[in-house]
Amino acid sequence: MSKRILLTVFTAVITSFFAFSQHQEHAEAQKATGHENHESEEKFDISGMIMHHISDEHGWEFAHGLKLPLPVILYTHDSGLEIFSSSRLDHGQVYNGWKNEHEHIVKVNADGTVNEAIHPWDFSITKNVASLLLSAVLLILIFTAVKKGYDKNKGKAPSGIQSFLEPVILYMRDDVVKPAIGKNYEKYFPYLLTLFFFILINNLLGLLPGGANLTGNIAITMTMAVITFLIVNLNGNKYYWKHVFMPDTPKLMWIILIPVEIVGVFMKPLSLMIRLFANITAGHIIMLSLFGLIFIFQNWAVSPVVAGFALFMNLIELLVAFLQALIFTLLTSMYIGSAIEDHSHDHH
Amino acid sequence: MELLKPAVGLLFWMVVVFAVLVFLMKKFAWSGIISALKEREGEIESALKMAEETRAEMAKLKSDNEKLIADARKERDQIIKEAKEVADKMVADAKENAIVQGNKIMADAREAMAQEKTKMMSQIRKDVATISLEIAEKVLRKELSDKSKQESFVDELLGDVKLN
Repeated sequence: MSKRILLTVFTAVITSFFAFSQHQEHAEAQKATGHENHESEEKFDISGMIMHHISDEHGWEFAHGLKLPLPVILYTHDSGLEIFSSSRLDHGQVYNGWKNEHEHIVKVNADGTVNEAIHPWDFSITKNVASLLLSAVLLILIFTAVKKGYDKNKGKAPSGIQSFLEPVILYMRDDVVKPAIGKNYEKYFPYLLTLFFFILINNLLGLLPGGANLTGNIAITMTMAVITFLIVNLNGNKYYWKHVFMPDTPKLMWIILIPVEIVGVFMKPLSLMIRLFANITAGHIIMLSLFGLIFIFQNWAVSPVVAGFALFMNLIELLVAFLQALIFTLLTSMYIGSAIEDHSHDHH
Repeated sequence: MELLKPAVGLLFWMVVVFAVLVFLMKKFAWSGIISALKEREGEIESALKMAEETRAEMAKLKSDNEKLIADARKERDQIIKEAKEVADKMVADAKENAIVQGNKIMADAREAMAQEKTKMMSQIRKDVATISLEIAEKVLRKELSDKSKQESFVDELLGDVKLN
């Protein structure tokens, strides 16, 4: 019970902090836009604000005026690799002919016009890349600590972070991976655990104020979906391929079924990619829309209502963070399971 | 739509970082954790199995003990029964012996008495004969001297004679 209260208070604090940082940022952002564009001083661009928050950026802006500069890494065929701080491009500055146009780095000519001929390869450490690295480091620190727990408490009851995460690992093994894949689960289990905890930690980091929308980025979900696709189709046995190309139906039905099955092979990872991306991004959009209401109404009286809704949404997002990590892992396990299943019995 | 276009840079970093992460996690965390979990489960399982075996052994020992006790009890009952039988037999034998002995003594006594009686009877018979002869002699003698006197004498003599 006390744990639940603690969790509620914790979430409330986070939410209010989030709300506060949004307040400040947008009050000031509004001022800033007001400076540049006097005509639209009263108008608040909510979709622009939301898009800005759910997309990637060069440098990590925690709140307005508090921006962590990150390295910009550009590669062009002509001038090779160029590395400089993202702070050199802040506020529309031009550095070495590079300009940050809506988070796309473009080459500008001396007269300020964009040079369309040059398209640099942008390998910058953006907010998302920094968040990705942070989550990777966190995961390694957490799970080497867990492993140390097993070395230290050999033959004894688990303790500390080990006892906190052991039920999760056991749940993943006994209720997700093992039933979905079957007896040959051990080969895929380490990858699936990494996948689950990677999605989970990034979902949770994304909920923190100033956090990146990493698992709500299509590039991230695409990579994981492609890995799932590769594992499933490289390990698929003859029953799996027979099911795709020679289904147990009258031959006339193959005209319809084979294309459907082939589409299904690609649809499965595609749905994984879209599901995680859409769920996490949608959560962020809802939260940002709620905070945006304050600026649309231009009335402080709506903030308690918004805070109430935002708290509620944040709790739901907390649930979604766990749920989506679980679903992605569970579905990947099931796809692998169906591809390596030993005997083929009809499962339509 | 901007959101649906994967950024090449992020894609590149994701592939690199995720591959390294999967490798490092497998090498430094999961293999150790998974094998430790399996090992511990094996230990728990063997401990449970041993407990089960011990319990079965205990049950077997207990039933053995009970069997031993039951056997001992049976043996004791047997011994008591046999002893009782022996004692009963002894008593019965003694009783029978006594009866036989008694009977024998009685028979001997009876025989002795009968012998004594025959002896006595023959003696009496002999005595009666002797006395009769004596009386006859005396009567004859008196008769020869005095008739009346002889008669009174016979009476007198007869009075003397007491058949015992």
